[in-house]
Amino acid sequence: MKDDHSGAPRTPPIQSATFSQSVNAEIRRAAATGIYDIRGGGAKRKVPHFDDLLFLGASISRYPLEGYREACDTSVTLGTRHARNPVELDIPITIAGMSFGALSGAAKEALGRGATLAGTSTTTGDGGMTPEERGHSKTLVYQYLPSRYGMNPDDLRKADAIEVVVGQGAKPGGGGMLLGQKITDRVAEMRNLPKGIDQRSACRHPDWTGPDDLEIKILELREITGWRVPIYIKIGGARPYFDTTLAVKAGADVVVLDGMQGGTAATQDVFIEHVGMPTLACIREAVRALEDLGMHREVQLIVSGGVRSGADVAKCMALGADAVSIGTAALIALGDNDPKWEDEYRELGTTAGAYDDWHEGNDPAGISTQNPELAARLDPVEGGRRLRNYLKVMTLEAQTIARACGKNRLQNLEPEDLCALTMEAAAMAKVPLAGTDWWPGKPGPAF
Amino acid sequence: MQIIDMAVTPLRDLNATLQAQAGATNGTAWDIENPRGSHAIAVGLDAPIEVTVKGSTGYYCAGMNKQATVNVRGSVGPGVAENMMSGTVVIDGDASQYAGATGHGGTLVIKGNASSRCGISMKGIDIIVHGNVGHMSAFMAQSGNLVVCGDAGDALGDSIYEARLFVRGSVKSLGADCVEKDMRPEHVALLADLLERGGCDARPEEFRRYGSARQLYNFNIDNAY
Repeated sequence: MKDDHSGAPRTPPIQSATFSQSVNAEIRRAAATGIYDIRGGGAKRKVPHFDDLLFLGASISRYPLEGYREACDTSVTLGTRHARNPVELDIPITIAGMSFGALSGAAKEALGRGATLAGTSTTTGDGGMTPEERGHSKTLVYQYLPSRYGMNPDDLRKADAIEVVVGQGAKPGGGGMLLGQKITDRVAEMRNLPKGIDQRSACRHPDWTGPDDLEIKILELREITGWRVPIYIKIGGARPYFDTTLAVKAGADVVVLDGMQGGTAATQDVFIEHVGMPTLACIREAVRALEDLGMHREVQLIVSGGVRSGADVAKCMALGADAVSIGTAALIALGDNDPKWEDEYRELGTTAGAYDDWHEGNDPAGISTQNPELAARLDPVEGGRRLRNYLKVMTLEAQTIARACGKNRLQNLEPEDLCALTMEAAAMAKVPLAGTDWWPGKPGPAF
Repeated sequence: MQIIDMAVTPLRDLNATLQAQAGATNGTAWDIENPRGSHAIAVGLDAPIEVTVKGSTGYYCAGMNKQATVNVRGSVGPGVAENMMSGTVVIDGDASQYAGATGHGGTLVIKGNASSRCGISMKGIDIIVHGNVGHMSAFMAQSGNLVVCGDAGDALGDSIYEARLFVRGSVKSLGADCVEKDMRPEHVALLADLLERGGCDARPEEFRRYGSARQLYNFNIDNAY
């Protein structure tokens, strides 16, 4: 640092941790535009996550299974509580709800193809069910959303399960917006709205309020579908103990719990980053609710929000989930944020891996777009193959861990198989801090 | 005439029987006795049959109706004819909240009053109310027509899209982006048809028309609260 004229050393410039360069840049952007930042995806901030957990593996006191040889069952049955036809899946990794509109038709088709090849389910989104999606999905979950865009009894009866969406992890308590530039003729027709206008997805259902009403709404859905298919209730990670309790009370066959790392097609950045809880903090509370009701494993729990690998799958299941759901990871498997499009990402003012303006419809990978030229970049057959491969790898990874823990079934993984690397993760997952037999909040004698 | 007595027939059997008429074209009439306020009566129908419910119902009566005509000789709970696709639903008495919510088509006639959020998020249905409607009616209404022969409560048509609202009496207040519009000849003709279908003793000239100012159609920070 240059001295001043007196020759005394000067204090070097210090960047504020509070007013960091990125914070200041956002202030300047807000001041220049007068609009908050809207983006897709889930929370980008670092929060306690599955990486903060480790499996202990077998030892003298635990007997492992032989990898590649001894069986390790990955199948799961969802919706055993009331439905005449529960959903039977070969693997416990499902594809989360994403709308036609937010995604191209080819992307939805690829998700259906990949899920079907891997023996799992995919899910519609806000905007209704497309024939391509139904046609390419052996098992399709139909979302019942506040907007009711495209909702009709014929599609409802074509579904293999119905998912009543109360909230999602990226924005618990929030609705959504599909901006006008993605509203093509077909999207507009499916949603009964004019082409080119911003389409608001409501934050609450139009015809029920609270758990007592929800119970009656579920009765209606069951009556319309002849009690044939399971009813899921999807909740955002906000108050998982109470929301799970109320979902079960309302009659859910399956609870889908989405933490704050779960993605969205579009909402305010401030919502994504500052509302909701990390997925890791939600799971044990939801399981506790199910256990308190005597319904753990009778009402199945699907966890989503930041699941990326077989290790994450195994950790979710060890904490008590019956299955997981992936959205962002599935899009990456299809080609989202691939560095091969780096030049175009730069033209959009971003870079591969950071692209999150999914709402603008300019996705170079042709996934979160309705632009026909861009959408044509995604081959749905190849996309389906890539997704199938990825799901296969995740499953093999989860099996590898389960066998190492001596489990011949993924669902047999348990909290006892885990330890935590940090105090925060130990408290949230309610598993011991590595090298101890203790976690914050563990019942027992006080210090 | 077929009769189903809900004093002895479970809801599941009632709906299964009526739903099994899908594909029928003979306009069979069904009477439902002793509804006793049950929820989800006559839901998911898909045939040109005529169903008469002899008494009041709970939630979601005639939900997701297609083709059928459902008459209720009483009042109905929340969400009557929700998400109706086609057909006709006629309520002799009053309707609770969310009448005709998200309805895509068909005609809903309420001969009494309708509570709050009548026609919420409607997507093509025609709703004709002989009496008054409560607050937040036609909230986010996308398309279709809402006719109110009486008065409308607070925040009528809040965040409305392309639905048309016709009110004969007073409007306590209009919601965001909802404005009064001219009654042009085509609207008079449309309303005359709606009034006739709804069995209303009223003249189109007595009504005012409300609809979207279309100022909220594309996000603008100056419209944010």
